[in-house]
Amino acid sequence: MTPEELRNLTSNKLVDARGTACPGPLLAAKKAIGDIESGEIMEILSSDEGTKHDIPKWCEKMEHQFLGIVEEDSYSRLFLKKA
Amino acid sequence: MSAELEKQIQELQQKIGKMEKGTKDQLSMVVFSGDLDKILAAMIISTGAAAYDMKVKLFFTFWAIAALRDPKKKVSGKTFMEKMFGMMLPKGSRKVKLSKMNMGGMGTSMIKGIMKKHKVASLPEMFTTAGELGVEINICEMSMNLMGFKKEEMIDYPHMNICGVATFLADASESKVQLFI
Repeated sequence: MTPEELRNLTSNKLVDARGTACPGPLLAAKKAIGDIESGEIMEILSSDEGTKHDIPKWCEKMEHQFLGIVEEDSYSRLFLKKA
Repeated sequence: MSAELEKQIQELQQKIGKMEKGTKDQLSMVVFSGDLDKILAAMIISTGAAAYDMKVKLFFTFWAIAALRDPKKKVSGKTFMEKMFGMMLPKGSRKVKLSKMNMGGMGTSMIKGIMKKHKVASLPEMFTTAGELGVEINICEMSMNLMGFKKEEMIDYPHMNICGVATFLADASESKVQLFI
């Protein structure tokens, strides 16, 4: 999805992992994914560069659909749809 | 269907069954080093793997076992040598030192400060997280005895066992990933 489409997306769950370092954001995502249902959208905020590679890889493994990244000034917003 | 074909299918099914049983989505790691940096790496990989939905089995042996000691727990009945070892080795994960640039403890306190600044979890925090994620810690009984440690002085960890090398080999041989740190 394009950043524009992602900006207009309403997520069912917001995970703010800004400020934590590897593997913080991944652990936060893993913890939070249990709170949503299949087909729902989760948004992860991270200021850790590595997360942008880690979360798509994790989604692939867990068969969640990775929707894309929106870059903000000092962090990124990562979107995924639970399998 | 011809009998020959049926036999072939049966054989294939057996082979696939064996392959599926052979390797699990599992990480086995020997944690041998007793240094802050190396144990930290081991714990980051372990918790990451658990988040990656892998089963994680750690085999703590030799110097690494000192990091599992609970400084608050005291055990009696140790021999002179065991007491000496206990005194010389770090008492718990808060006390382990860097493998390089320790500089009499200065480097270790500096890196701990930097870790805090970068919001990297401390070793005791990593152990708590690992416990919550179901990471298994197996302690090598032989080396624990060599170091003069008792299982009663180990931290309260939800998935901890005392075991031997066969446990590691059994776990490692069915794991997709095996590491030694």
